[in-house]
Amino acid sequence: MKRGFPILAIVTAVLLSFALYEALIGAPTERSMGDVQRIFYYHVPSAWTAFLLFFVNFGASIAYLVKRRPAADIVALTSAEVGVVFLTVNLVTGPIWARPVWGIWWTWDWRLTSTLVMWLIYVSYLLLRRFSSGGQAPLLAAALGVLGALCVPFVYFSIWFFRTQHPSPVIGGGGSLDPRMAHVLLINWAAFLCLAWLVCWTRYQLEVAKRQVEEAQSLESLLEGSR
Amino acid sequence: MSFLAVVRATLAKDLRLEWRSKDAINAMLFFSLLVVVIFSFAFEPTAEESRKIAGGLVWVAFLFAAIVVLNQTWARELRNHVLDAYRMSPASANSLFLAKAFGNFIFVIVLEALMTPLFIAFYRLGAIGPAWELLPIATLGTWALVVNGTFFAAISLRTRSREVMLPLLLFPISVPALLGMVNATTAVLTGEESARFWITLLVAYDVVFTIACLLLFETILEAE
Amino acid sequence: MTYLYAAYIATWVIHGTYLAILVRKYSKIRREMESLKK
Repeated sequence: MKRGFPILAIVTAVLLSFALYEALIGAPTERSMGDVQRIFYYHVPSAWTAFLLFFVNFGASIAYLVKRRPAADIVALTSAEVGVVFLTVNLVTGPIWARPVWGIWWTWDWRLTSTLVMWLIYVSYLLLRRFSSGGQAPLLAAALGVLGALCVPFVYFSIWFFRTQHPSPVIGGGGSLDPRMAHVLLINWAAFLCLAWLVCWTRYQLEVAKRQVEEAQSLESLLEGSR
Repeated sequence: MSFLAVVRATLAKDLRLEWRSKDAINAMLFFSLLVVVIFSFAFEPTAEESRKIAGGLVWVAFLFAAIVVLNQTWARELRNHVLDAYRMSPASANSLFLAKAFGNFIFVIVLEALMTPLFIAFYRLGAIGPAWELLPIATLGTWALVVNGTFFAAISLRTRSREVMLPLLLFPISVPALLGMVNATTAVLTGEESARFWITLLVAYDVVFTIACLLLFETILEAE
Repeated sequence: MTYLYAAYIATWVIHGTYLAILVRKYSKIRREMESLKK
């Protein structure tokens, strides 16, 4: 691991701790929902981080289709995996927030539904990777990455329109934000971005090592076969 | 041969082969009847309720029928190593893709045409809104499923669990189109809303994904 | 109130699970590297 890694790890740990403190204690208590609203500080930045990672996946997929560099493929794989992790956090914290506030675990509201579909798209991307064998997996996955990313605006737009026609309770609330809350939100987002970067870096190195080992193993079996 | 000539020739070949063996058509016919019957066990709505849910029911049934069609898209090619021949021929990969997509489109439209009277009879359906709109809705919706389905069928060829992979990949990406098809159909049947937004959405979806699939298909075909 | 803690704990459980998976993969790679060197 390069020298930057330990520094990033420390920064991440510090930021996360500070952000956690701010979210649980520092931030003002919301008037109508009470302390449960603090879930917001984890729920929203997780989604934003996931979106960013999926955007990276889109770029990496295109880069791979154009240049065919293995590094681009590994970036695509990494960003999709870590993106799914963050989006899973969002999808889990959503219902946990919804239950005490609105009394329901799930509702097909705009944000939750769109996020669920996006999650399904990228999980199918990861499944494609898992089910396709070595050589072609990067190309096939890159194609799916592009199509999936193109689909995302359609998903959000179509479900938004559907929900304006058939309104249902909105999770995550709209309306304006107290500037102190916005401040805490951004701190948590910064912490999550550092965490994402850290995890992606780790996953990237892991994948590089894995591919080296696989290459060495196939070379070895080739040599043994020729003896 | 020109691009369109290749498309036409490939399409004609597929249709002719299918007409002679009637493999897929028989399976699809029986399948569509089964689906309609099973759905009628699951739901027994009044005529009023029918109109509200028929949109969803019908398109779920069509979706499953489309999967059956799509899964066998490349089966014949695979058995006879036709894809390798195609890779070596000067014919553009897109002509193969379009021929396959049009072929699938025709099969699914035929299926829909067969299933629709059954649905109308079983659910006592009648459109309150402008019924003619159902034609562009069916066309756009079916094309949305088929264009992506043909593409993902080609991708699934190189995966383990081929038949499972296709719906796994197709369903999430098709969500906006499905939303469009179902809501447009419901809007026409109930006459309560205008289907215009959903039809426009389907047009946009079809355009974007047809172009994207055409741009990417050659890469998929070459993938070795 | 428990919901608040549940959400935060769930978040770290999810991240932790993923990191644990990565650690397990890493040890596996380590082992394979060792066996290759021989």
